[in-house]
Amino acid sequence: MHWPHKHLLSVSQLTVEEIRHVFELAARFAEINTRPVKKTPTLKGKSVLLFFAEASTRTKTSFDIAAKRFSADTFSLAAQGSSLQKGENLKDTALTLQAMHPDLLVIRHSLSGAAKFLADRLECCVLNAGDGWHAHPTQALLDGYTLYEHWGEAFQDKTLLILGDIAHSRVARSDVELFSKLGLTIRVCGPKTLLPPNLASWPVSVYSDLREACQGVNAIQCLRLQLERQKSGFLPSLREYAMTFGLSPEHLRKAAPGVRVMHPGPMNRGVEIASELADSPSSLILDQVSAGVAVRMALLYLFLTRTD
Amino acid sequence: MPPSDMIVRGALWEGEPVDLAVSDGRISRFEAAGALAGETASEIIQAEGLVLLPGLIDCHVHLREPGQEYKEDITSGLQAAAAGGFQRVMAMANTVPVNDSASVTRFMLQRSRESHPEGPLLSPVGALTVGLQGHVLAPMHELKQAGCAAMSNDGQPVDNSDLFRRALEYSSDLGLRVIDHCEDSALAGNGVMNEGSMSNTLGLPGQPTLAEAVQVSRDILLAAHLDIPVHLAHISCRESVELLAWAKGKGVPVTAETCPHYLLWDEGRVQGYDSLAKVNPPLRTRDDVQALLQALREGIIDILATDHAPHAGHEKEVPFAEAPNGISGLDTALSLTWSLVEDGQLTEADLVRLWCSGPADIFGFDAPRLAPGQPASLVLFDPGIVWRVSAETMHSKGKNTPCFGQELRGRVRSNFLAGRLIYQEK
Repeated sequence: MHWPHKHLLSVSQLTVEEIRHVFELAARFAEINTRPVKKTPTLKGKSVLLFFAEASTRTKTSFDIAAKRFSADTFSLAAQGSSLQKGENLKDTALTLQAMHPDLLVIRHSLSGAAKFLADRLECCVLNAGDGWHAHPTQALLDGYTLYEHWGEAFQDKTLLILGDIAHSRVARSDVELFSKLGLTIRVCGPKTLLPPNLASWPVSVYSDLREACQGVNAIQCLRLQLERQKSGFLPSLREYAMTFGLSPEHLRKAAPGVRVMHPGPMNRGVEIASELADSPSSLILDQVSAGVAVRMALLYLFLTRTD
Repeated sequence: MPPSDMIVRGALWEGEPVDLAVSDGRISRFEAAGALAGETASEIIQAEGLVLLPGLIDCHVHLREPGQEYKEDITSGLQAAAAGGFQRVMAMANTVPVNDSASVTRFMLQRSRESHPEGPLLSPVGALTVGLQGHVLAPMHELKQAGCAAMSNDGQPVDNSDLFRRALEYSSDLGLRVIDHCEDSALAGNGVMNEGSMSNTLGLPGQPTLAEAVQVSRDILLAAHLDIPVHLAHISCRESVELLAWAKGKGVPVTAETCPHYLLWDEGRVQGYDSLAKVNPPLRTRDDVQALLQALREGIIDILATDHAPHAGHEKEVPFAEAPNGISGLDTALSLTWSLVEDGQLTEADLVRLWCSGPADIFGFDAPRLAPGQPASLVLFDPGIVWRVSAETMHSKGKNTPCFGQELRGRVRSNFLAGRLIYQEK
């Protein structure tokens, strides 16, 4: 398949065929992760810069592993310890990175639009690993791939519930884009203070009651509650949130048989998700982590072998 | 009769060609075109096809001097004003230091006289509270004596309604109008654009129209209760228009302005995280634009102002949320609003009211009028010229406008203040 994209900034730029192509490639590459020698020379000589201006464990590590599986060289740059901390602006950081001639840059940044800001100024490929509340396309792709591993192509008749802090979540935005493209029915549930304004323009139905929201769903994406939301007045208390919107095994009883639970991590056990649920057979949370490596291998392959 | 100093021939006044003569800085004759055909003067301007307008007044600019001369200074700001057809600008107090004392006011006036002795005129706006901090009233008598033409806390909204009431009462003794930047800080929160479907898509914190409208309603109620006039700056949304309509229907002494950018562009301009479209209050929706245009036609919003807010290029070239608010407006305001006349949204008479007589009436300046005996304060505007907004064509140091790089129609050819040429297009 010809890969027309130079950058990956949001799911909205991808067609359904391209999304499926990523899944198929990921499925093929996942096998490499189970070999005794987990390395191929596919991307040897390519330089991948991991620029994480915001904290990350799984996204950064899985990009790093994915690149190394294909023998690409990776270089890490964190905001802490970089010139950003000394007050260098993002444009100058971008130009400095450009001068080091990377082939691909992975960026995580706390400000929406930061990935596009770099893509507009760099000659290399830019992969958005999360920008503010805007987008986290590789997370959405790995969420989609996780369900694809379980369901195969049968997305059309499935219903997904996204639960929690939708307003401040780049994962929610990217998931809604991806799963609506794939034909799923999407529900969102959370207190109104954590739902975005103008939800009418989104292809979702909105629930304020978690029990109702769970009825008949095939999968639930449970979002991390940023604990500072309580301090900034969006919630009365974490206790009340856990009691009202925390996902527990009993919620799954009215869901469709075989319902699966996902969480992009890191979890607050006992807040947005009951601990026993996270560890139950319904949970795909660790499958998501493995899927993350395979999907990022597919993306690095597509972006680093593309020709104009 | 001695020969005139200047004769302008064939300029269009409300669509009709006219001739006018100027002597000793005043209009000596103003007649149908051809009436002065045989007359001679030291200077004769063939102005066929040019539109004649009285000099414009902008009651809301940020000239950045003292303190932030890298963004703009009084010299460059007044140059942009002259090129934009303006003859008087009112400079807001959020300089560094803040204009909350006679020494800053006098400094600004001195700089304007040094750099533009012939004009445009500068009328400083004094801070309403010391340091714009919203705690203590600024010394308004001192500021008025030094030359301030109004009082405002623009840029730092006054949340304390009791203090704002005292400010209205105190300033009314001086006959100086208070200009209020209507924004409820808590409701505005950390919003960097209009709250709505676009902010949702872009993942940017939104600022609801409510943040403006709540303060508009407060100000209207205070003005009604105290019977003291208040002027509301940069109105941007339909709710505010509806509140103003109610207030005017009741005879509340409230006046209001909006800006060219709220009429020309909507929140869609932010797409792609274009920080040149970042301004406070933020660009709103199509529906708000329609409400503002109708309010201007009906007199619900009284006047136009640029809220000229120049910034250095590097300040805007950062991720959207980090970029400062503001659009550089003096260079493009007349061209942009003239395009609304061409589109049939406003009339030429509306523009004269909104840019000239309206602001003069509200802030107590002599209204510029084109009639015999009046000062020859006039602008010749060429509606046919197409020009590109660029670093070369803009006179302001701030190139931060969403129309940067675009072609606009219509440009000022010359600007005469009391018969003296203060700008001539090259």
